[in-house]
Amino acid sequence: MSADLLQFLVAGVTVGACYGLVGVGFSIIYNASQVINFAQGEFVMIAGLGTTSLLAAGMPYAVAIALGVLITVLVGVALEALAIAPARQSSVVTLIIITVGASIFLRGAAELVWGRNFRSLPPFSGAEPIALGGAVIQPQSLWVLGGTAISVVLLSLFFAATRSGKAMLATACNPNVALLLGIDTRAVLRLSFAIAALLGGIAGVLIAPISLTYTDVGVMLGLKGFCAAILGGLGNPFGAVVGGLIVGVTEALTAGYLSSAYKDAVAFVMILVVLIVMPRGLFGAKAGERV
Amino acid sequence: MVDHRRKGTRGLVLLALIIVALPAVIPNAYIYDVVILIGINAIVCIGLNLLIGYAGQISLGHAGFFGLGAYASPLLSDRLDWPPALALLAAAMAVGLLSFAVAKPILKLRGHYLAMATLGLGIIISIVLNQEGQLTGGPDGMPVPPFSLLGQRAEGEATWYWIVGALLLATVWLTLNLVDSPVGRALRALHGSEVAAAVTGIDVLRYKIMVFVLSAVLASVAGSVYAHYAGFITPSEATFFRSIEFVTMVVLGGMASTFGALIGAALLTALPQVLTPLQDYQMLTFGAVLVGTMVFMPKGLVPSLAERLARHRR
Repeated sequence: MSADLLQFLVAGVTVGACYGLVGVGFSIIYNASQVINFAQGEFVMIAGLGTTSLLAAGMPYAVAIALGVLITVLVGVALEALAIAPARQSSVVTLIIITVGASIFLRGAAELVWGRNFRSLPPFSGAEPIALGGAVIQPQSLWVLGGTAISVVLLSLFFAATRSGKAMLATACNPNVALLLGIDTRAVLRLSFAIAALLGGIAGVLIAPISLTYTDVGVMLGLKGFCAAILGGLGNPFGAVVGGLIVGVTEALTAGYLSSAYKDAVAFVMILVVLIVMPRGLFGAKAGERV
Repeated sequence: MVDHRRKGTRGLVLLALIIVALPAVIPNAYIYDVVILIGINAIVCIGLNLLIGYAGQISLGHAGFFGLGAYASPLLSDRLDWPPALALLAAAMAVGLLSFAVAKPILKLRGHYLAMATLGLGIIISIVLNQEGQLTGGPDGMPVPPFSLLGQRAEGEATWYWIVGALLLATVWLTLNLVDSPVGRALRALHGSEVAAAVTGIDVLRYKIMVFVLSAVLASVAGSVYAHYAGFITPSEATFFRSIEFVTMVVLGGMASTFGALIGAALLTALPQVLTPLQDYQMLTFGAVLVGTMVFMPKGLVPSLAERLARHRR
């Protein structure tokens, strides 16, 4: 394997893991409510920028990260409680517009708090690159991959072994039956926003040392996370991770070998092709419709 | 149904009167500009409303079609020396074909797949407009030659006011007729239940594609008109945010209401102008207004207010 190729793969997998985490958030909220949460990218932004401020306030790095992610989760829960829950009876289109409005609101609020400057976080552990077969790997890339892997493992344990996790799976499968079985589907929705914000927040602090962070950082990251979720089959959280890795790697290879100008278009060309050729994504469930 | 039609006619006459009377109270070129922009946005929104409000599909890429119309028309008239009117029609036809090609395979699927596909398509168009600098001037944009028809040049706010006003009126008339025709009834039926509509013999797929293509063509025409009016065009007219703005106008004004779409376009075009003094708070307020309206009036302004008024009368 050539050193170039290896380098592109490393870059692609790193950014792809973040798309994947964001994509999982899309899938989890979609499962709980059929809503596509367009404020998903803003979770990434809030965690990154929040952590820079906490760090600047003199907190130890680990505490700042934990608090930054916690603040993001609180924003996610507040979003559900203040904007989604009161409109629960509305059509899905209305709910999607609400999340779009919330995304604009959060970006506006972030601009007031943090201004329009680019900020960065220091790498979690040293900036000394690691040489591997001719390519160099930033230690932060390993943090991104490790963080993503741990998040995915914990999430699958949560779905498999806890009552709340099983309640979420049941609601995703059929909300009405879940309700009849005594599952509090509104609590499931609240929990889904909390988990989506948590994953977005984790992605935000993991990627910030590599890609810088600013108020609009969540726009493209959010949309590409959405592509990842579709590619993996919307509603399949683990498909979204694979989707994210595929998007990230394809994007990095395109930027490396074809055209860096059209790097951002890759994810969107992929969803068009996927929708036309295999509409349920790579791992989406086959579903028939009942009347 | 008859009542519905009479209401539509009354609305159309009222709109015509407003368009004729408005210049008497417009004080300066700045307000003219805002009103013309409202008209252009309204044409896009009325088309989009057919798709969202009647066919129950959502598009997150209409700014892409708007942008294609806006760029194709000046490119053809300037570089290839076509008459602007012919360029406008050619752009509209090309957008029609493109939207048809995309919609055909995707509208067969259920759910929000069209939203995803249009989101992808819109962003791809926006990226191409930004990157093909030699053709489009890249992020800096490009100048647009003035519009002319039969040797007459369209110049100045007052002239454009009448052009956009006439186009808007024609669009409203077209959609009101469409909504009241068998096509409109078929659309409402498939919004209610696609399966039920199919069972009663409605070709669901054909109608959905038709409405999608029609709304895309209207967006393209509005884009061409905008480009000639503004005299300059940048890719910011084709961004994802702009697509969201169009959808928001429709939903804010009221889905499945032609005049709702018009009022939504008017409010959301004027709102940023009113908010300019609050510069720093502009995005915050825009977002809050959007969320607030949707939470408290989920059907949109016009249907919600009409309901309240009807209850009051009783």
